[in-house]
Amino acid sequence: MRRLLMLCCCSLLVVFSGCAQPAGPGNKLVLWHWMTDCHDTFLKLAQQYQKETGVEVTVRLLAPSDAYSRMTIAAAQANVLPDIYGILGIKAMAADFIKAGLVADLTGEMQANGGAWENSLFDKALADKRFDPDNIYGVKPGIYGVPVNLTNQQMLYNKRLLAKAGITAPPVTFDAFIKDAQALKRVGITPFVSGWGELWLLHCFATNYAFNIMGEKKVLATFRGEVKYTDPDWIKVFNVFVVLRDKGVLIDGIVTKGNKYAEQDFALERAAFAFNGSWCVNVYRNMNSDLEYGVMLPPMVSKAFPLKIWGGAGSSFMVNAVSPNKDQAIAFLKWFTAKTQQVSLAVETSTLPANKEALKESLTTVSPVLGEFFKGMDQATHPTIWPVNEDPQVMEVFDRAIQGIIIGEKTALQAARDVQKAKDHQLSKGAR
Amino acid sequence: MLARARAAVVAQGNLTSFLFVLPALVIFAVFYVYPFLNMVFLSFHEWRGIGPLHFIGLQNYQEIVGDRLWWNSMAHAGYITLIALTFQNALAFGLALACDREIRMKRFYRLVFFIPPVLSEVVVGLMGNWILNPGLQNGQHIGLLNHLLYSSGFPQLVNNWLGDPRTALTTIAIVHSWKGFGWGFIMLLVGLQTIDKQLYEAARVDGASAWKAFVHITVPMMLPVILVVMILTILGSMQVFVLILSMVNEGLVNHTDVPATYILTSMIGNGRFGYACAQAVIFGVILVGVSFIMKRMSDWVKRI
Amino acid sequence: MKINKYILLGLTQSTLTHIFLLSVALTCLFPIFWMVRCAFMTNETVFVDKALIPHVLNFGNFAVAWTKGNFGMYFLNSVIYTAGVVSGLVLIASLAAFAFSRLKFPGKDFIFYMFVAAMMIPLPGSFVALVVLMNKLHLINTRAGYILCMINVGLAMSILLLKTFFDRIPRDLDDAARIDGCGRLGIWWHVALPLARPAIAVIVVFNSLIVWNEYILATLLLSEPQLMPLQRGLMVFQGANSTDYPVLMAGLTMAALPVILIYMVMQKHIVKVLASGEVAV
Repeated sequence: MRRLLMLCCCSLLVVFSGCAQPAGPGNKLVLWHWMTDCHDTFLKLAQQYQKETGVEVTVRLLAPSDAYSRMTIAAAQANVLPDIYGILGIKAMAADFIKAGLVADLTGEMQANGGAWENSLFDKALADKRFDPDNIYGVKPGIYGVPVNLTNQQMLYNKRLLAKAGITAPPVTFDAFIKDAQALKRVGITPFVSGWGELWLLHCFATNYAFNIMGEKKVLATFRGEVKYTDPDWIKVFNVFVVLRDKGVLIDGIVTKGNKYAEQDFALERAAFAFNGSWCVNVYRNMNSDLEYGVMLPPMVSKAFPLKIWGGAGSSFMVNAVSPNKDQAIAFLKWFTAKTQQVSLAVETSTLPANKEALKESLTTVSPVLGEFFKGMDQATHPTIWPVNEDPQVMEVFDRAIQGIIIGEKTALQAARDVQKAKDHQLSKGAR
Repeated sequence: MLARARAAVVAQGNLTSFLFVLPALVIFAVFYVYPFLNMVFLSFHEWRGIGPLHFIGLQNYQEIVGDRLWWNSMAHAGYITLIALTFQNALAFGLALACDREIRMKRFYRLVFFIPPVLSEVVVGLMGNWILNPGLQNGQHIGLLNHLLYSSGFPQLVNNWLGDPRTALTTIAIVHSWKGFGWGFIMLLVGLQTIDKQLYEAARVDGASAWKAFVHITVPMMLPVILVVMILTILGSMQVFVLILSMVNEGLVNHTDVPATYILTSMIGNGRFGYACAQAVIFGVILVGVSFIMKRMSDWVKRI
Repeated sequence: MKINKYILLGLTQSTLTHIFLLSVALTCLFPIFWMVRCAFMTNETVFVDKALIPHVLNFGNFAVAWTKGNFGMYFLNSVIYTAGVVSGLVLIASLAAFAFSRLKFPGKDFIFYMFVAAMMIPLPGSFVALVVLMNKLHLINTRAGYILCMINVGLAMSILLLKTFFDRIPRDLDDAARIDGCGRLGIWWHVALPLARPAIAVIVVFNSLIVWNEYILATLLLSEPQLMPLQRGLMVFQGANSTDYPVLMAGLTMAALPVILIYMVMQKHIVKVLASGEVAV
């Protein structure tokens, strides 16, 4: 019995002694991020920074991303955010953080010395955490985040599999795409894979076509409640998925597939086309270095409007406004987004850097595929730069409705009605 | 004078006695009572997790009443519970009966049947996910189950078990039953072993058939244990959660939602803490109702 | 002739019984075997090789999981949590149960029934509020916070179990101890606890299993890898390496095997837990 008690005491002692939170004095910074594939490079850069300046940067990886965002919210509530962190999720979330006084306004630093820092960074990447005058979030206008890299989402094609089906060039129009898909099916190849178990990726694909079919103006008018989702143009958007379903283009179980699994499917040549973000270059290289593939825009459904893809900052870092090490954190981020560091990040993780000069240099050296991705940046847009956004709950109903179409439970019209019902509900709630 | 001194001594004694309960009481109050009250409080508010609270009265509750997906998720939990109550418990009872007699390898069986319950839901979920993998590589099925079906001559049965809305929930329910039947098995077996074997002897001498003995001796004697197993099955299955999370992640277009995952999506996915709390309150009330009814039933059985 | 028929009947019956039992036993064991098997494969073979014993064996996955997956750390954390929760639980629950069984103080019945009610009322959704509370107390992302929460999980059941056990200990023993000069604390220590050893064993085994396999509170309360227990680490690992199935299976094997082994050693106690009706209702 006595031994048991000793054991109890010892273990309790171990437990309570090990729980003190480290407080960061002077030359120490803490950074939180969720990017598993960049972690090693971040660590390396942090070490280098300590060598150069003596400031110790602790890089902490919190993955997967849902755990990361939960953790940042929790830390915000308890006011224990680190010196540098990123905010995941919709822009309204970032706005909440800013309004709670947890994010430092970097506009002054960005625009100092004739805007040296601001001008060194790719403009579409800065837009991610920039708040314009009279923004709908009620945030004081300014730049609140430092972009680390660029991404955009496009389609990829496997050159070897396409050749097997006798396809010489990637399709440009949707009809050609469907025809190619049939050719692929005839030789037993699954045409298309994407991680549409993750709603945002599906959402991104669907909005590409919404822009293509009805143009930006009408899409945004829908968000404002001026156009209904049962509008013929929106039915056309839903119909894209009806066609994809009926022609058997999609891989089995696409609506439960996480993007990681979809990436594996494409890398191991289980499907000929994929829809994915530019980070995939790194992922595919690690999974199958022999993969031969190219980048293409999603095939156009209509010629009425240009097709827009999603793109912008891959990730941005914010500085904790209440941190005592605010200035050191800003200095670190300046160094972090300078050319040399950005080039090494680009080379090691095969991503597009946010620094313009680094971008120019790495496009020629890193990978030709990445260069192809970069070309898409011209067509890139992103919800964070739209003046108005759809309500997240309506967005979820929208994505779920499309998933419902894919698994054959809904027609395009039913899906449209479901979404409009959710939209009406939201609008009436707002009116109250 | 003396009386007052004695009263003081008693009071002091009460106080030290109370100290015995204090640690338990503090933990209980802080980690159980307070979150509970706070949950009820938050359920009357709109709150995104950070920023100010907006009091909105009963609106969250009104929304739940009309939230088709919420009641859908409740029905899914009910379906899983139903399968666990029938299939899982029948299996457990059958195995317990088989192990109750004098057979060889009894210890081995008892050991093996309780291995799935000691595994964590994460392990079982990820393992199940791998075995049920629907993919093809070079024309071969990746998942063990599809491979076995294909190679044993049932290629028409090959299916995307977790990705097909017709089979996803049932597949989850069966994996859940696989993980859980060991509990019922052991409890029922222990119950069976307490039945006096002489009763069966007497019944046989009276000329009763094995079936009759089962209906008139085994079942009535086992009723209390069966009820306990049922209560535990219901409470366990209604709250199944981690298993689903590790098997289908974000779920299959609401076909695999259960209340617990739905609450989590409301909280983390949509950032609606108040609404999530209101759901939790309703779910709690329903579970309390169910356990209350079952408790009443078991009291009633004990009396007769 | 008649005897033969009975023997035959008995024989077929026992064969059928064995077939039934064996097939269920097989479904219990085979998935676990399959998991271990896949842990010894490579990324090239795992999707195509379906032989029971893979043609190419690869032992490196475990090393990768242990080092790259940080399983050593997660493992140690799980051990710390299990030991901390169980020892704290035994101490706190036995003190309270002793008071409920032997001592007098105002509000005793009320408090006791509150604990009993807590056991009856599951609170699946309270984790929302719990997370908010832990934030306020600065207990989020601390070992102590997680341990206290987990003690709370097992508290009501342990108190109830120990109280019924203490109630069965004859009061004469208390009196004897009192004559020997023992106070209340002394009686608890010298009389009640040693006699309650079987019940304590039950609590230790049962709660160890719960803590070892717990996932959801660990997810909500702990985000720093240095603090994560095994199950949580497993999901992190799956998030990062989900497509590397052999290594994932190696990780799962490492999470599952200790529990299976400990269960085999402690099997008797687990059966005892389930046999004591008090646990359930």
